[in-house]
Amino acid sequence: MPEQYKTTTDLDRAPVIEPGHTFGTVTEKISAIVLTRPASNGWFVGFGIAFMLTMMLLYALGYLFLKGIGIWGVTIPIGWGFAIVNFVWWIGIGHAGTLISAILLLLRQSWRNSINRFAEAMTLFAVASAGIFPAVHVGRPWVAYWLFPYPSTMGVWPQFRSPLMWDVFAVSTYATISAMFWFIGLIPDLATLRDRTDNRALKMVYGMLSMGWRGSARHWHRYETAYLLLAGLATPLVLSVHTVVSFDFAVGIVPGWHTTIFPPYFVAGAIYSGFAMVLMLAIPIRKIYGLEDFITERHLQNSAKVMLATGLIVAYGYGIEAFMGWYSGDRYDAFTLWNRLHGPYAVPYYMLLICNIFIPQVLWIRKLRTSPIALFFVSGVILVGMWLERFIIVVVSLHRDFLTSSWGMYYPTRWDWMTYIGTIGMFLAAMFLFLRLLPAISIFEMRTLLPEAEVKE
Amino acid sequence: MKRDPVYGIMAEFDTPQALVDAAHATHQAGYQKIDAYSPFPVEGLAEEIGFHRDEVPLVVLIGGIVGGLTGYLMQYWMSAVAYPLNIGGKPPHSWPAFIVITFEMTILFAGISAVFGMLALNGLPMPYHPVFNVPRFVLASKDRFFLIVFSTDKKYDPAATRRFLEALSPRSISEVPS
Repeated sequence: MPEQYKTTTDLDRAPVIEPGHTFGTVTEKISAIVLTRPASNGWFVGFGIAFMLTMMLLYALGYLFLKGIGIWGVTIPIGWGFAIVNFVWWIGIGHAGTLISAILLLLRQSWRNSINRFAEAMTLFAVASAGIFPAVHVGRPWVAYWLFPYPSTMGVWPQFRSPLMWDVFAVSTYATISAMFWFIGLIPDLATLRDRTDNRALKMVYGMLSMGWRGSARHWHRYETAYLLLAGLATPLVLSVHTVVSFDFAVGIVPGWHTTIFPPYFVAGAIYSGFAMVLMLAIPIRKIYGLEDFITERHLQNSAKVMLATGLIVAYGYGIEAFMGWYSGDRYDAFTLWNRLHGPYAVPYYMLLICNIFIPQVLWIRKLRTSPIALFFVSGVILVGMWLERFIIVVVSLHRDFLTSSWGMYYPTRWDWMTYIGTIGMFLAAMFLFLRLLPAISIFEMRTLLPEAEVKE
Repeated sequence: MKRDPVYGIMAEFDTPQALVDAAHATHQAGYQKIDAYSPFPVEGLAEEIGFHRDEVPLVVLIGGIVGGLTGYLMQYWMSAVAYPLNIGGKPPHSWPAFIVITFEMTILFAGISAVFGMLALNGLPMPYHPVFNVPRFVLASKDRFFLIVFSTDKKYDPAATRRFLEALSPRSISEVPS
């Protein structure tokens, strides 16, 4: 690279890790959050609120099991309501974690090393939150295992020509691979915690979880191979998951669903909302735990740029949907567009355009891209916008299809809201616990970023 | 067979560069049964201690093939053999509809093989290992780098090997009890 370019890019980029750190200080600083730092009052308050919301979720689900899904706002023609909206929203949020840990690893974006661990944790908890919804939406959740192919006395098997069945396999594979990827990444750090703690019980727990990892060169070699291959497998997987989720809609003939733009635009939307969630978590975490040295301005900037790019893909998707509504000449498609703009759900549609397209354009301004407060705000707006997008797709498409005789309206009940807010509580409660029990930043991958880690042949 | 009371001799270094150089010198000197420990993956270190055959990719390939076949054949058998159902007039063996699950099963089996294959080849989980008997070894997961010559090596000699390692100017040398 010619010298003048080098200097401008160097000046342009904040460092991935602030200078002055050594292997020892990186280890101490990250493991101290788990091992020595006492839990603050703020942590207890935050965890307490999240825990109460989790209890509210259990209450809402318990009542649901007792009464059935009639307590929700779902009726015919809107059979999919909040449960599917929230399922798609949560699964989408999970996608950023895999993008950061797998795709950016393959692209050798080493800045990912300080945010991949908690982004993967975010993926796991988001997928767990997502999984609740289809399982309880089937109406008789105690027989949800019928979705899996197992030899039953009934002699029947799942219907593999249905995208809903593909979804079962895509999401359960995704959950399994994400959990394994996260755990494999944790093994060397668990060994570090095992060696750093003075508490005998903790030593046992971390020792068991680390599987006796000792950092042998042979082990590291196989470990890196396995990690890289998992990243290579997770990359097409994550793209397939939201593609299959979009098939749940696109394969149906409902106007507003039956379109080929869905797979790419669902994947882009997933990454869009996922990075928004990453920022909403990273900004407070780096502030509270003093991790500005590791999660630097560079990470905020890069995440903001990813949101800007994926946000524009999503905007293109909306544009094509509207264009095809007009260009196809199909009266039902045209009506779907008209109904979005002028129908009873017009307000959510305009809010969606404002949240997902207009407000995020402020990220073109460099000053706002590097301001944590502005980014936190914009990320929140994007998360609301992406939730509205799924609401528009699920509810507004279903409520007025072909015949006026089958039109209807959907009004969410308090049980819908309690379940949705409850999963947010469960997600946050899991994140709070994760921060205190496991290293939120990958310690061994941070060590490799230090200049001392370089080896000349 | 009588167990050797000594598992090996271990030298401690400050930097990954020192460890790679020491591993290179030790291997060059004819020591075959050696190992190196570092708090993060050090590029080229495995090659320096004479490790060249990594079977993880083969395990993953086999896992992926088995997963893909399982996925496809499962759907074929269930939809076309065990209980054929007429769904929208599609043939019982409607292969394009089976591709998604075949793909997912390929990924699932390959991923599981990568994780469990790597752990099995590494002999993990193994909660106890003689190297943990060295008190300074706790630093191997923080900021120190270790090289060990196993007592099973043909060239191993308690005094000579110790002298050899001392010549590499390590930070400390310890005998590892087995």
